[in-house]
Amino acid sequence: MSKLKDDRVSKETQVTKISQEHIDYLHRVRMEKISVRVIQILIFGVAFLLWEICANTKIVDPFITSQPSRVFNTMVRLYEDGVLFHHIGITCWEAFLGFVLGTLVGTIIAIMLWWSEFLCKILEPYLVILNSLPKIALGPVFIVWIGAGPPAIIVMTLAISLIVTVLEVLNGFLTVDQEKIKLVQTFGGSKYQVLTKVVLPASYPTIINALKINVGLSWVGVIVGEFLVSKAGLGYLIVYGGQVFKLDLVMTSVIILGVAAAVMYQGVVYLERMLVKNKA
Amino acid sequence: MKPVVEVHNVGMKYQSLNGEITALENINFSVQDGEFVSIVGPSGCGKSTLLSIISGLIASTSGAVLLSGEKVTGTSPKIGYMLQKDHLFNWRTIFQNVMLGLEIRKTVTSSAKEHAIKLLKTYGLYEFKDKYPNQLSGGMRQRVALIRTLVTNPQILLLDEAFSALDYQTRLIVNDDIYDIIKKENKTALLVTHDISESISMSDRVILLSKRPGKVKNIYEINFDIKNRTPFSSRETPEFRYYFQEIWKGLDVHV
Repeated sequence: MSKLKDDRVSKETQVTKISQEHIDYLHRVRMEKISVRVIQILIFGVAFLLWEICANTKIVDPFITSQPSRVFNTMVRLYEDGVLFHHIGITCWEAFLGFVLGTLVGTIIAIMLWWSEFLCKILEPYLVILNSLPKIALGPVFIVWIGAGPPAIIVMTLAISLIVTVLEVLNGFLTVDQEKIKLVQTFGGSKYQVLTKVVLPASYPTIINALKINVGLSWVGVIVGEFLVSKAGLGYLIVYGGQVFKLDLVMTSVIILGVAAAVMYQGVVYLERMLVKNKA
Repeated sequence: MKPVVEVHNVGMKYQSLNGEITALENINFSVQDGEFVSIVGPSGCGKSTLLSIISGLIASTSGAVLLSGEKVTGTSPKIGYMLQKDHLFNWRTIFQNVMLGLEIRKTVTSSAKEHAIKLLKTYGLYEFKDKYPNQLSGGMRQRVALIRTLVTNPQILLLDEAFSALDYQTRLIVNDDIYDIIKKENKTALLVTHDISESISMSDRVILLSKRPGKVKNIYEINFDIKNRTPFSSRETPEFRYYFQEIWKGLDVHV
């Protein structure tokens, strides 16, 4: 017992005395971090600069490729028309709703399948088929059933992300260490307690991973949905811009879409840090 | 005095598509209050199955287990179970881990909390109570696991290969640690192990099971002529080698 304590003390004293080698090491790590960030920004800047120059010098046709300044102007014009945030808002809201619903419903279904092995065995072939089916094929069905509008788009999003979530989360549940479950049972734990005390908390990392996949999938769902039915939203702007050959509008929407998706992804990463901070 | 654990004619058969496997057959023994008993046997002889049956986690296909005269029909608060690994939950602090059993039994009271704190203090873990398991050494984690079991106040401890996940040196230290704690807290213990030395060093009796189907092959009384016996000091006695030879012969290992 005392030996363990001594080890710990010596570790602490090591930290208080910082050697020159350690300072150098920390410096190297920091420098590498900075260079990575600088080069990342440079690539971004150079790409946009090249794009602008090539378009200005007519190396590429800006009518087809658009260019950063035109994108910027388009954004300003959309803003002045008062529709910019309307379109962004609609798409983000649909994506967010589809994302949350997909994760929530998917997790609930996964819990049901975990609870009843019998049900899981019965539903397995259906899950496999639904998983391999390109859900976009169901688009027209949803439109006819639900009507052209945001609900159909959200259902489309749900259809794309749901099955993946179910399979991913269920797989997480099933790989929870059986011995940990046994531990709860030795204390006389019920199935519900096994779920809440072990299976769910142990699966947080898996659920978070499913969330990360879902962010991407819900954007796919929303844009496909908007391509098919919408009267507003970024997907609508892209389709409309393509049809009337306004590539500026298309490019602008794509760029906004990229930023919005990245923000949502970062949100999930933030959530991950809060939930699984002690995983290391 | 009535034995704390009585195992009567316990048998266990597993059904599978390929047929029936008899894991245990006609097992009989009893454990007295405060006794430390080990069960050794070749791998696959059903040692762990026997513990699961005694704990009420699984039902035997024949025979019965009595705890202080009462028939086992399910898990009992009289029993504390220790698994091979500590299985501390890394999303819980040490204190929260220690409280797990009480939470599950819905018996978290302020006196239970005090009891937990007292145990943590006694066994040198109090200052780590708000740390997470990954910040502790293997030996400390095993002690936390034992405290997690002890706070539920079990009368009997079932140790299922409870030390085999530790490296040899840590294991010797933890053997002494846990033995000390079990004796201090006045618990009855039943240890399943494949390590003959470990069983001799800790036990008052060693029960030897035969290979599958597991039957009680022999029961060895272990007595050391030393004061303040610890697992470590037992290993240094001359009798130790004699017991080892006896059990080794009984095991009849062929590779």
